[in-house]
Amino acid sequence: MWARWAWRTLTSMRTALLLLFMLALASVPGSIFPQRQTNAAAVNMYLADDPAKARILDRLGMFDVFGSPWFAAIYLLLFISLAGCVLPRTRQHWRAIRSRPPAAPKHLDRLPDHRELVSPSPPEQALAAGAEHLRAARWRVITTSGTLSAETGYSREIGNLVFHLALLVLLAAVALGSLGGFRGNVVIREGTAFAASSAQFDSISPGRLFSTTELPPFSFTLDRFTADFQRGGQQAGAPRAFRADVSLIASPGQSPQQRTIEVNEPLEVDGVKVFLVGHGYAPTVTIRDGAGDVVFRDSVVCLPQDAGFTSTCVVKAPDAFPQLGLTGFFLPTATVDPSRGPYSRFPAPDDPALFLAAWEGDLGLDTGRPQSVYKLDTAAMRRVGIKALLPGQRWTLPDGSVISFDGYVRFAAFAVARDPGKELALAAVLVAMAGLGLSLSVRRRRLWMRASPATGGGSRIVLAGIARSEHASAASDLDRLAAALHSSRPSPTPAAPPLHGKAAP
Amino acid sequence: MTDTALASLSNGLVYAAMLTYAIAMVVFAASLAARAPGRRPLAEPALGTSRRQGGVGVAVRDAPVPARSPVVQPAPGRRGGNIAMSLTWLATLLVGAGLVARGLSVGRVPWGNMYEFSVASAFAISAAFLVLSLRRDLRWLGLLVVVPVLLTLGLAVTVLYTEAGQLVPALNSYWLIIHVAAAIICAGTFCVGTALTVAYLVADTSERRVSRGSRFWGSGLARRLPPAQRLDAMAYRIHTFAFPLWTFAVVAGAIWAENAWGRYWGWDPKETWAFITWVGYAAYLHARATAGWKGRKAAVIALVAFAAFIINYFGVNIFLTGLHSYGGLPS
Repeated sequence: MWARWAWRTLTSMRTALLLLFMLALASVPGSIFPQRQTNAAAVNMYLADDPAKARILDRLGMFDVFGSPWFAAIYLLLFISLAGCVLPRTRQHWRAIRSRPPAAPKHLDRLPDHRELVSPSPPEQALAAGAEHLRAARWRVITTSGTLSAETGYSREIGNLVFHLALLVLLAAVALGSLGGFRGNVVIREGTAFAASSAQFDSISPGRLFSTTELPPFSFTLDRFTADFQRGGQQAGAPRAFRADVSLIASPGQSPQQRTIEVNEPLEVDGVKVFLVGHGYAPTVTIRDGAGDVVFRDSVVCLPQDAGFTSTCVVKAPDAFPQLGLTGFFLPTATVDPSRGPYSRFPAPDDPALFLAAWEGDLGLDTGRPQSVYKLDTAAMRRVGIKALLPGQRWTLPDGSVISFDGYVRFAAFAVARDPGKELALAAVLVAMAGLGLSLSVRRRRLWMRASPATGGGSRIVLAGIARSEHASAASDLDRLAAALHSSRPSPTPAAPPLHGKAAP
Repeated sequence: MTDTALASLSNGLVYAAMLTYAIAMVVFAASLAARAPGRRPLAEPALGTSRRQGGVGVAVRDAPVPARSPVVQPAPGRRGGNIAMSLTWLATLLVGAGLVARGLSVGRVPWGNMYEFSVASAFAISAAFLVLSLRRDLRWLGLLVVVPVLLTLGLAVTVLYTEAGQLVPALNSYWLIIHVAAAIICAGTFCVGTALTVAYLVADTSERRVSRGSRFWGSGLARRLPPAQRLDAMAYRIHTFAFPLWTFAVVAGAIWAENAWGRYWGWDPKETWAFITWVGYAAYLHARATAGWKGRKAAVIALVAFAAFIINYFGVNIFLTGLHSYGGLPS
């Protein structure tokens, strides 16, 4: 009894409406607060800036709105409500489609929308003509003696039901994608290679049912990255073209193929797509100790901070003694602003420079605590100097170590993704749109016609119709049917005009 | 790559269109005001007496409101309305020409940044109104359409203005043509739908108040509107066109996102607000079929959904950061 009430309430239109409001409202914080899924760094910044407030927000799920239990509760209730409403209606409509249009009411002229006319044809013939006209217009028609019932527009409810059922399929497709898919990010410098295994990703978020052994065994080398930027004008510095030239080895043992990856043109290998999502510079730095031995040589990925690609760099040389760390900026087009300090005013490497601070001491790599490669923990270090370097320049530290800025390569950031649910999602959405189109464009109407013998031959005809959907009327159908009955008269004598036509107010 | 002569021609055309719209706005307003209260004495004495005799509004309310009958319109407002309609046609052609010139100057579709998107949306609002006006007399709606068009163009040329230029790589896709064009047509139809919804609320309020004997609500703008019930039906019909189109715009965006970023849905702020807008209009369509929510309440939901659309259009690009922040605005 109680359960029945609860079910009836949940599947009512009013509840569905309320849940729709809640769904819209619940999405709003997801666009205001940074979300872990899309911008984990911004969330961490938020946590660091105002820990007390952020912790409360975090507990409320504000940094992961779309994965939070309360958001899930709303959409799951909505989908249960939807299923509880749509499934019984499907059964009901199935019956309606298979049943015959209802018999004509006794007094057709009492319906608001009706027409009365006379026809020179005898009743049976007039009814047959009416039925023929309606069948040609794809109405479902049944005739009994003296009356005709017709109905059309069943596809409105079919479209409506298909739309809602397709939304259930879409939900399943989304679930399939998030459980069986994966997404990984990787940064690759020019001249280096990437093999698709979990160890080589910088970050990876696999679905619960996804195993990284399912990854196709491809690898590729970034041969060259090209970027063009707008020069001059209001939009100077805006990117105009990005292009990554790669050598792809689709599976081990195969010979490399030359391929390109661009922003809207991902690389596809066995159902896995590789997207170009970012780029930047990696200056090449060499550090020699006092004896002249190389203790560090690498191209270091520097993270772009602004539109001019002022990029922050961190170098860690654990093999130096004492350990050496560098922090600083790589500036593709270096400028020194009196108030702002050094920055890059253009994203292309027109005038590259490396601004560095050198630190000596303990890098803290042996503590066992995980460390970001993009951050230098200077707690146990001492700054020994700062310096601006142009490509090819060297810098000798007080202890005799030499730091040289040898040049730079570019790096590209790629996202590697697989979503096994996306084809199903697309199919569901296409079906849903077709259903939506039907349900909003088709009108469901019923017509009745009664023909009785008129005094002096021919027949008296009454037509009536109702529309069963909002803001629709059967008036134009009645007009067409009346016109068809006139034009299909058997004798050449002109038919009498309608006695009296009355449209709904 | 950029033809500067064509680009400045485009700007000139947009300014000319704004001037023409401004004149049209004044004439629309004047023609609405031309019908001063008291010029149609048909209904009012009856209303007045019924109130003075203590008659409750019910009887009057159920009677047709003759002040609204579109058949008997006096001449003064009519001619002004015709002039304003012609000016609106002219202004729309000017904006359209401005868009074509902009497109030719940069050799691509003219909706690659917020400025161009806004000009295109203003064209879409205006065009949607004019297309509807071909089948019925919509002079009474003109003011409610020209005002948002002018606001959009005003924002475009001041806050959002971006020089003619090439696209950022993220937008270099044929989906720009499909997805953004659908969004622009949605902007046009949703805006006209909103104008009709506002007109419905005004007319409905007027009908209620007049039936209670208010003289104020029986005058001016409210008196020139068609019956509330008809406005409600018109608003519904345009929303049933716009909603599937919005669904298509969102789906096209999702397909593009899958191709550009590797996921078809990622709750980027633009996606989130597109979703909120979609849910809002879905709630409007459901409300119309729910007992107790028809009429005014449903209309208010449509207005809230349009507010979400506007937030998605301006707010997300200006105030929130996300993947859709290539509007060309300086940050």
